[in-house]
Amino acid sequence: MSFVEAQNIWVRYGDAPILERVSIAVERGSFCTIVGASGCGKSTFLRLLLGQERPQRGRVLMEGAVIPAEPTPDRGIVFQRYSVFPHLTAMQNLTLPAAFEQSPFLGRLFGKARREAEEAADAMLAKIGLSHARDRYPAQLSGGMQQRLAIAQALLKRPKILLMDEPFGALDPGIRLDMQTLLLNIWRETGMTIFMVTHDISEAFRLGTRLIVFDKVRHDPQHPTAFGATITYDLKLKDGTALDSFRAAEFLAEQTINQDGAVHV
Amino acid sequence: MSVGPISQIGADEPASLPLSPLPRSREPAAAPAYAPAAASGRMRLINQHPGRGEKILLGALLFVALIIAYSIGSYLRLSANPDDKLLPSLAQMSRAMYEFAFVPDVRSGDYLLWSDTAASLGRLFSGIAISAMIAVGLGVPAGFIPRARATLAPFVAAISLIPPITILPVLFIIFGLGETSKIVLIVIGTAPVMVRYMAQMVTEIPQEQIIKAATLGASTWQMILRVVFPQIMPKLITCIRLSLAPAWIFLISAEAIASTGGLGYRIFLVRRYLAMDVILPYVAWITLIAFALDRLLYLYSKRRYAWAHIEGGAL
Ligand SMILES: Nc1ncnc2c1ncn2[C@@H]1O[C@H](COP(=O)(O)OP(=O)(O)O)[C@@H](O)[C@H]1O
Ligand SMILES: [Mg+2]
Repeated sequence: MSFVEAQNIWVRYGDAPILERVSIAVERGSFCTIVGASGCGKSTFLRLLLGQERPQRGRVLMEGAVIPAEPTPDRGIVFQRYSVFPHLTAMQNLTLPAAFEQSPFLGRLFGKARREAEEAADAMLAKIGLSHARDRYPAQLSGGMQQRLAIAQALLKRPKILLMDEPFGALDPGIRLDMQTLLLNIWRETGMTIFMVTHDISEAFRLGTRLIVFDKVRHDPQHPTAFGATITYDLKLKDGTALDSFRAAEFLAEQTINQDGAVHV
Repeated sequence: MSVGPISQIGADEPASLPLSPLPRSREPAAAPAYAPAAASGRMRLINQHPGRGEKILLGALLFVALIIAYSIGSYLRLSANPDDKLLPSLAQMSRAMYEFAFVPDVRSGDYLLWSDTAASLGRLFSGIAISAMIAVGLGVPAGFIPRARATLAPFVAAISLIPPITILPVLFIIFGLGETSKIVLIVIGTAPVMVRYMAQMVTEIPQEQIIKAATLGASTWQMILRVVFPQIMPKLITCIRLSLAPAWIFLISAEAIASTGGLGYRIFLVRRYLAMDVILPYVAWITLIAFALDRLLYLYSKRRYAWAHIEGGAL
């Protein structure tokens, strides 16, 4: 039994099919990087895994059971933006999960419980190199610092799955490298299963143990929205290289063609 | 293996553009080649910004102009007819106000300006406070909980269309002519719009944050307490600031119709004697109070909710 499994998923918004016949089985501890053209349904796929939306057909299983129909702490998420709470300082952002857990009515911690949560948060801040920014609000942090905080916050509940939607898309290249290293370390340490959408193919290769490509297999030039996207490539990766180099070469050749804008697959 | 990014294909949203205007460059005269273009005479009007002193001067300009124009008009009328009541001189108005502020009224023994102000502000604050509580109490559920929205939205929308003044007779019949009906008028006049505004503000909290809170284990109640409330508090202050203007209108109307004291009562009382020397300063005084309240609320928001004012202020 696979850890996460999507079985023949179809999603449409109104008349427009977005995803069709998406099936995939993912082992525990995988790092799946997801690429695909803008608007092809990558975020939609993550929302299905999160339980924020349900597919019209098919189902998503985790450990053999259909995933809950709403977000729960066993699946963490990091968005490209708005991932941390703007009205809370870095420290408060990190003690919030403990407050949710221990204080059902007030959602706030006092005394000893608060000190303990703050100690844990301080340790986390040190780990992600944000100790100096402990009492700053997100708007006072750089994009990279905000995303580090967002990742740290998502990790606090020790989710089994971490979903990331273009988490580094808005960051400078140098910072992006640091973030990738940080993320790889966290992944190795925790053994979490990660799904990460990115539009940077080199990032997808460098980080993933598996590269999933969404694209349309059927295409009607008169009606670009007539068909949904599905998984067209599913490459096993190791240390930034594809294990099936022939398929990888095929995929990359396609990308070059796409970039030239000449042919669509 | 070197692989290029497919940013052209995948670039979803560009990083958001800064909303604040670009900082004005205070360049030293070190770039002679471009000096002619930078000379203020050649620069577009939209790019010429007044300095600090000039700003204050420009801001005062129209006030001074108004006072001068009034003084001239008043002088002309008074020199034609010393008993003219329409445009009293600044001195006459000062005298009248001095009596209202510092000489006890012969009948009641009150210092009328202060007792009127206290009565009006008491009503205004009570009304606005009740409206604010209703706005949060109904607006948050209406903006956050689908079932509450389905229940409240049509009702509040309908209520907010009732012209509040038309309710005033009903209020007088039900609550009598006392304080209650005046406060209730302010509440009825301001609360529905405030509820809708607050509900709107709640729906504008990015969905990402709500999902994030859910993945961190928050219940609906905890989301309201820790994510929604704190973020709409600065909006509530904005909402109150916007509602103060209609609140004043309803207050003055109610006081004009049935009251025994208050700023609006006084203005409509002395109108019978054409006492412009009282009415005009009272109007100025109300304006000043309204301005001060607005500023105080803004400064409070800035102090208390610093995070909300980091990227350019709200309103
Ligand atoms: N709630 C929605 N209602 C209608 N259409 C939607 C909705 N969410 C997404 N879409 C559409 O579905 C398509 C896929 O969106 P998305 O999953 O965000 O793409 P990606 O993340 O791959 O760029 C887009 O064309 C988008 O316009
Ligand atoms: Mg997306």
